[in-house]
Amino acid sequence: MKGLPVTCDGLKFRYGADAPPMRFDCTFAPRTITAVMGPSGSGKSTLLSLIAGFERAASGRILIGDENITAHAPGQRPVSCVFQDNNLFAHLDVATNVALGISPDRKRSTEERSRVAAALEAVNLAGYDARMPGSMSGGERQRVAIARALVRERPVLLLDEAFGSLGPALRDTMLDLVADLQRRTAMTVIMVSHDPADARRIATDLVFLKDGTVAAQGPVGELLDGHANAEVNAYLGSQRVPS
Amino acid sequence: MTGTKARLGPLAGAALAGGLLAILCVVAVGALVMQAGGAEGAGAVLADPVVWRTVRFTLWQAFWSTVLSVGLALPVAIAVTRMADGPVRRAVLALFALPLALPQIVAVLGVVALYGQRGFVTGLAERAGFDPPSIYGLTGILIAHTFFNLPLAARIMHGALAVMPAEHERLSAQLGIGPLARFRLVEWPAMRPVAAGAAALVFMLCVTSFAVVLILGGGPRATTLEVALYQALTFDFDIVRAVVLTLLQLAVTIGAVALFAFAGGSVEAGMTIAAGSSRRFAGGRSSGALLGGGLTLVAVLYVGAPFAAILAGGMASDLTGLIAQPRIQRAMLTSLGLGLCAAVLAVGLAYALSRGAVALAARRRFSGGANITETMLTSAPSLILVVPPIVIAAGWFIALRTVTNVYDAAPYLVITINAAMAMPFAARLIHPAMLAAEERNGRLSAHLGLAGTARWRLVTWPVLRAPLVAALAFALALSLGDLGVIALFGSEQVQTMPYLIMQRMGAYRTQDAAGLALILMIMTMALMLAAEHFARRSQTTEPEGNSE
Repeated sequence: MKGLPVTCDGLKFRYGADAPPMRFDCTFAPRTITAVMGPSGSGKSTLLSLIAGFERAASGRILIGDENITAHAPGQRPVSCVFQDNNLFAHLDVATNVALGISPDRKRSTEERSRVAAALEAVNLAGYDARMPGSMSGGERQRVAIARALVRERPVLLLDEAFGSLGPALRDTMLDLVADLQRRTAMTVIMVSHDPADARRIATDLVFLKDGTVAAQGPVGELLDGHANAEVNAYLGSQRVPS
Repeated sequence: MTGTKARLGPLAGAALAGGLLAILCVVAVGALVMQAGGAEGAGAVLADPVVWRTVRFTLWQAFWSTVLSVGLALPVAIAVTRMADGPVRRAVLALFALPLALPQIVAVLGVVALYGQRGFVTGLAERAGFDPPSIYGLTGILIAHTFFNLPLAARIMHGALAVMPAEHERLSAQLGIGPLARFRLVEWPAMRPVAAGAAALVFMLCVTSFAVVLILGGGPRATTLEVALYQALTFDFDIVRAVVLTLLQLAVTIGAVALFAFAGGSVEAGMTIAAGSSRRFAGGRSSGALLGGGLTLVAVLYVGAPFAAILAGGMASDLTGLIAQPRIQRAMLTSLGLGLCAAVLAVGLAYALSRGAVALAARRRFSGGANITETMLTSAPSLILVVPPIVIAAGWFIALRTVTNVYDAAPYLVITINAAMAMPFAARLIHPAMLAAEERNGRLSAHLGLAGTARWRLVTWPVLRAPLVAALAFALALSLGDLGVIALFGSEQVQTMPYLIMQRMGAYRTQDAAGLALILMIMTMALMLAAEHFARRSQTTEPEGNSE
C-alpha cells in the first residue's frame, strides 16, 4: 500500500443554499504526513469528507495517484478514515471490528485471523481480540481503529481529529504511533488537528484553511515559524514560537 | 423558605394528578370486582366456550397484527433511513405520523371503501382474475391494524436508526459493507431494543382495539373482549358477563405488559410523534437502494390509500347539506367541547406528573439513582395503558348505574377517561423537554434567584411552549376520535362525531357516514400536523437535537 499523492482540483461545495460556498485547491504529497489546520468552520472536516466520499462536490476533481475518484462511492476509494468518536461498533468485539476492514463475513480464514492479530500487535494491543469496545479506554479504542485501517491496506489514511479527545501525553504517544506506522507502510497521511504541536511533532507539510478555502500550504516548519503567512500567524497567536 | 415551597409545589401537584388517575382506575376495577364477587353467574360465564373463543381471538388477531406491522415496518424503516434527507423523506415520515391520530372509525370507512365488497382494490383484484376474501373477519382487522401500526412501528425504528452515530454509516460505506451485512452488523443491533418496544406497544394497541373490531369483526367468530364487553353492556344488559369479560381483558393486558417487561421491551418507548432526522451523506445508487425505494413506495401507497378513499367518499357526499343539519352541528360542537376539555385535562395531568418527576430528578442530582417515587411518576403514564379506557368506562358505568342516571354523568366521564387515555402520549412530549430544560437552566435560574412567575415567563414558558402546544393538539386529536367510551355513554343528548358516524353506518346511510368521516378526518389531521410541527420545533431548540 505505497502512498499515493492526493490532489484536490477546484473542488466546490456548499452544505445548503444559504451556507457559505467552499472551494479547495491543494495537493498532498505521497508517502508523507500532511496536517490540515484552520479555525473552526473553515472546512477541515468537509475537505476530508470530500476526499473520503461522504460528501459530493458540486464541481472539481479529486485525484488519488493518477486516478480520478471524484465519482467513486466511499467504499471504492483507496482511503481509510479514523474519526474522533464512534469508530467502533460497540456490540462487536475488537477482532471483529478490525476484521471488518478485510470483509464483513462472519467466517474468517486463518490467514485473515493472523492479519488481524498482526495489526493489533502493531498498535500494541496484542491479545485484545475478544475485548468489547465499551471496556476499553478512549486511546485503546482509537488504536483499534488504526489497526483496522492497517488491515485495509489502502494508500491514504485520513485522521479527522482522531486524537482530539485524548490527554496531551496520550495524544503524543498516539501521534508517534501514527508516525511509526507511516514510516513502515509509506502511506499518505492527512491529519486534521487544531493543535500546532501535533503538526510540529509528526507532519512534514501543512495545509491551512480559512473560510472554506486553502489560505496557505507548504512545509510545516516554514508556515509555523511565524514569518510566512499573516493568516496563519493570526490563528496561532502566542503559539507562534514552538514551546 | 422559598426553596422548600418551590419543591413542595411540584410534588403536591404530581400527587394530585396521580391520585386522580388512581381513583379513576381503582373505582372502576373495584366496582367490577365487587360485582363479580357477588354474582353466582360468573362461573357460568367462565364455562361458556364462546368467552374463551373470544379470548383466543383477541390474542390471535393482536399477535398477527403485531407480526405483520413490525415485520413489514422493519425493512421500511431501514429504507427510509437510507433515503437521502430531503422533502421526499420528510413527507414520507409526516404521512406515517398521521394514522396514529386518525379516528379508528374513519380509517375503517376508508379501508372498507378500498378492500370491501365493492371496494376499489377489490374491483382491481377481481378484474385481474383474483377472488379476494371478504373484509369482514380476521382479514379486515389485520388490514386496518397494519394501516395504523406499520407506520407507527416504522417511525419508532427509524427514530432509533436516525440517532445512530453518523460515523457508523460512513464507516459502513467506506468498508464496503453490503446491504445485508449492513443490516446484520449495523442496523439491526441499533434497532433491536426499540423493535421490542414497538412490538409491545403495537400488541397492546391491538389487544385493546375497539372500533376496528366492532365494525370489521364478523359475529362471534371474530370478536374481541372489548367488543364482546360492549355488546354485553349495551345489547344484552348482562352485567355479570360484562364484569367477567372486563376482568379477563384486564388479565390479558396486565399479562402482556408483564411479559414484555420481562422480555425487555418497554411499551411507552413508542408513544412519541416526532422522529429525528440527521444529515445523510449522498450515497451511491445500489440495487439495495432501489429495492428499498420500491418498498417505501408500496408502504406509502398502503398508508396513503385510505386517506384518499375517505377524501373521495366524502367529496361524493352532500357535504353542505350535512353541515346544515343542526344535529351534525351539535355533534361537532359536542366533540370539540368534550375534546378540548379532555385535552386540557390530559396536558394538565401530564404536566403535573412530569413536573413532579423532574423536581425529584433535580433533587437527586448530587446523589444516587432514581428512587421509587420518581420511578412511579415517570412510569405512571404507561401504567394507564394497562387499564384500557373501555375497562374504566365499563367499571364506572356499572358503578354509577346503582347511584344515578348513567347518561347524565356521561360528559364528565367521557372527558376524564379520554384525558386519562391521551395523557401518556402528552407526557411523552412534555417530560423529555421539561427534563432537558431543567438540566440546562435549573442551576442558572437558581443562581440568579429566578423563581415564580418571572422564572415561568423568562425560562419555562419559552422552552415548554412548543411541546405543550404539540401535546394539546395531539391529545385533542386523540380525544376527537374516541369511540370506545362514547359508545357506552352516548345517548340522544350527548353525541359526538364518531358516535354519529357509527349511527349512520348502522342505519346504512353510507353517504352521510362518508361525509362525516371526511369532516372528522380534516379536523384530526389538521391537529396532528400542528402537533408534529410544534414537536419538531421543540426538538430543534435542543442543541443535542434528538432526545429519543
